[in-house]
Amino acid sequence: MLELISSPWHWAVSGLAIAVVMMLLLYHGERFGVSSSFKAICSMAGAGSRIDYFRYDWKSHAWLLVFVVGSVLGGYLASSVLASPEPVQIATSTQHDLAALGIDTPQSYAEGAGFVPAEIFSMTNLTSPAGVLLLILGGFLIGFGTRWAGGCTSGHAISGLSNLQLPSLVAVIGFFVGGLVMTHLLFPFIFSL
Amino acid sequence: MKLIRFFLVGILFGIVMTKSEAISWFRIQEMFRFQSFHMYGIIGVACLLGIGIHVMIKRTTAKDLFGNVIELSPKPKTYKASLLGGTTFGLGWALTGACPGPLYVLLGHGYLSIGVVILSALVGAICYGALRKVLPH
Repeated sequence: MLELISSPWHWAVSGLAIAVVMMLLLYHGERFGVSSSFKAICSMAGAGSRIDYFRYDWKSHAWLLVFVVGSVLGGYLASSVLASPEPVQIATSTQHDLAALGIDTPQSYAEGAGFVPAEIFSMTNLTSPAGVLLLILGGFLIGFGTRWAGGCTSGHAISGLSNLQLPSLVAVIGFFVGGLVMTHLLFPFIFSL
Repeated sequence: MKLIRFFLVGILFGIVMTKSEAISWFRIQEMFRFQSFHMYGIIGVACLLGIGIHVMIKRTTAKDLFGNVIELSPKPKTYKASLLGGTTFGLGWALTGACPGPLYVLLGHGYLSIGVVILSALVGAICYGALRKVLPH
């Protein structure tokens, strides 16, 4: 049983499991949307004293902060006691594309690893200015963009589309416009630096 | 206590995100290069089941654990914000290979450099809050 859970899941099982998470949150009176945690954390840290946007009762999001802490622990468990017996398998065509950019694919990684490329996320990268700049830029775009759009993949792509919300469809189209521009236009430039 | 339930659902979420490999930078690259069905399958199945769940909730005026009718509030019709904010997020999603949920899960995997991304995301949220009145919505 443990072995079955530890192995990577089929996409259909994964999609079902995400729907279950969304349903559990609805059943507990809340809505699935992780990026609101950014607003809650900033508000909790006192950003509301200067900026109106953060002047709200962050305790209404206490459940989300607890959920987020749980997901960190879930990530720890999934990568330790439930560690996958194999690295992430990705399409050969993607491996070739990434190799052309100088990025090693998970085939060369240890078992249960290979979720992120060492070229971007290794600790040694934290000592190179270009590496840190990349992480800072990526994070900034995520925080700024999700709050502007009023949701991320969970709030718009899963919850919003499930509730047939047109603003969510527009947001998901935006996600793809940004993602495609970064992948196909900006990556060749960034990784040639 | 009520909050413990959310803690448990959070743990489940962390495991699901890992085992689905939706937290993988490489899976996100496959998706944006249209070279694998994996991510489309995950989101597609979640949405199809989600539509069914939402229809059921509306039809039956289902109640939550605390006896309150589950209200499915519509998203605000701020289309410019959806598109422009969504595009901004998309750039960051492809670069870091992670959306907000996976960021927290990856932190649990022990990728400490993800901490830099999360802190920077909080700064991004603060900047949005400060500039909100001058941005199109």
